[in-house]
Amino acid sequence: MTLPFAIIAVLIVAAASAAMTLRNLVHSALAVAVAFGGLALAYLYLDAQFVGLAQILVYVGAVAILIVFAVLLTRGGEAPEKSIFSATWFWGLLITVAVFATLAWCVMHSFASKREPADKVEVTVKQIGDALMTKFVLPLEVIGLLLTAALIGAVIIAMREEKK
Amino acid sequence: MTPLAGYLLLSAFLFAIGLAGALTRRNAIIVLIGIELMLNAANLNFIAFWRYGANPEALTGIMFVIFAIAVAAAEAAVGLALIIAIYRHYKTTNVDEVNILKG
Amino acid sequence: MTESLDQIFVTLKHWLLSGFENLLKWLEVAPPDWLMPLVSMVLSLAPILMVFPALFAITTVLERKGLGRIQNRYGPNRVGPFGFLQFAADGIKAIIKEDLVPRAADKIFHFIAPVILVITAFTVYAVLPFGRNMVAVDLDAGLLFFFAVGAASELAVFMAGWSSRNKYALLGAMRAVAQMVSYEIPLILSSVAVVMITGTLSLTKIVEAQSTHAGLLPDWFVFTPWGFMGFALFMIAANAELNRSPFDLPEGESEIIAGYFIEYSGFKFALFFLSEYLSMFALSGLGITLFLGGWNAPFAVLDFIPSWAWFFAKLLALIFLFIWTRGTLPRLRQDQLMNLAWKFMIPMVLVNLVAAALWHFTGPGWMRWLSSGALVVGAYMLLGKPQFESKDIGKRTYRFAD
Repeated sequence: MTLPFAIIAVLIVAAASAAMTLRNLVHSALAVAVAFGGLALAYLYLDAQFVGLAQILVYVGAVAILIVFAVLLTRGGEAPEKSIFSATWFWGLLITVAVFATLAWCVMHSFASKREPADKVEVTVKQIGDALMTKFVLPLEVIGLLLTAALIGAVIIAMREEKK
Repeated sequence: MTPLAGYLLLSAFLFAIGLAGALTRRNAIIVLIGIELMLNAANLNFIAFWRYGANPEALTGIMFVIFAIAVAAAEAAVGLALIIAIYRHYKTTNVDEVNILKG
Repeated sequence: MTESLDQIFVTLKHWLLSGFENLLKWLEVAPPDWLMPLVSMVLSLAPILMVFPALFAITTVLERKGLGRIQNRYGPNRVGPFGFLQFAADGIKAIIKEDLVPRAADKIFHFIAPVILVITAFTVYAVLPFGRNMVAVDLDAGLLFFFAVGAASELAVFMAGWSSRNKYALLGAMRAVAQMVSYEIPLILSSVAVVMITGTLSLTKIVEAQSTHAGLLPDWFVFTPWGFMGFALFMIAANAELNRSPFDLPEGESEIIAGYFIEYSGFKFALFFLSEYLSMFALSGLGITLFLGGWNAPFAVLDFIPSWAWFFAKLLALIFLFIWTRGTLPRLRQDQLMNLAWKFMIPMVLVNLVAAALWHFTGPGWMRWLSSGALVVGAYMLLGKPQFESKDIGKRTYRFAD
């Protein structure tokens, strides 16, 4: 384990845990933005420059902003008096522990997990663009359609209902 | 370099944190954040497998993550719009109280 | 001679770097292998950290004097010759002023917000080419880096407004974030046209693509139909992104008294001010890089003037443009602001992408000027002109929060 990886891992885990346990929703939203930033650092550390920067642009720049807007529009800015955990929290936690135990067991016993990486990989933006326009052009079109549909759908759902 | 298991365990733990948040918190927005964290954990796996894989020139992992980010952004927009619509209707974002379909 | 003057800062850096290496050798210290890249990085970043705050100091005085002239008054004229030391007086005042934090404020985020803003404002300079061979980090995805780091500052603005626990601050922050998100789309899409033509996200390569001369005009993208429209849209979007007049609703002094930084005083307030001006220089620098040929001289005969001098001359010209618009145009209303973004800028910027594609695929000759130009002008006539010339500015409606 190297030092940069350890720092990034601690940052991601701490920020994600904070996001899931803090009482105040705005604090949660800001903590999750830190977690997204930590993941972007992990991508950059893994030589995936384009994806790391896209992660910051989309998650910190757009999704985190959307979340804080939703928090303020639903008056979630103040910490609630009641418990923040749902009635069935025990079962949820049990399922989580079971899922993590399974995943960790699989990872530890997998032959692939001892693999060492190839030497430094250089991926230029041009290569990614070429791939998007040739081999992956159909998924790209579908994503375009999906984003348009999501845009229209989100506007219609959140639109004020006409008073009758 | 860190062996692949390090990234996979980090990703599994992140997934577990997101799952725990989605299953135990009352507020719908936090549930959505938990789901986003789970998606991100999957993305970390894709990048790790791409970097440690036998054929990184194929860019498959990177492409998958780019598409996953786009899908996650769309999901966040629609999800938050739904939460706002629910809040308008029921004046609450608490998932325990939105149970009108419960018999 | 001209060659050495052009590269004077690059030479200076190499000279300092080899001097440091020799010093280590003389001291008989074996440097660890991470040390030399680190020193090289510091030597590249130190000038940025010195030059742009200095430019900030001068610009504040110039802006106040320029605005004063536009409004038929003198502007600051007491401290130093012609009032040019006003920035020193302002700086001393900001440092010795009491730093107030509201009792209800979220202390950590209240402190952290201006710090993040300044850090992001400085970080984007890493990828801007200031002159030939003068770029701190030549990233392959430089443009994406610029926008990604810039997007992170939106969250800091929200943090500042929310943590103050003041309704004006929160209103200002919400306005600022909504405005920045809306205008980020035309800002990015107008740069995408340049990326389409040059086929790269690296800012140094984009500057290189504009270094030739075709006939009378240099090959700057602003001298093409799509580039001219792109530059205009880019500057409008940049103005909105910076929350400067006429898009200064988030801080509108007369309605919400300063917006998201109302609860900041002393040095933290100065940090907001600093970050605002640093982002202005950075966005101007990006505009220069993308559309105005970067550090290239306009005519081949003027190549004897060093490249960095051209960059800063263009930067000063764009700063003047910002001051001029601030002194001339009145503030927009919130609905006008959103209409401008969603009903004019975004459709226009999409048409501009098509115009850039036409330009690229028509091939050299007058046909590309005709097709691309006709598309841009036609789109403006259809989308922009009716909106701007309409006397009906809309009914004033009130809608209350529920």
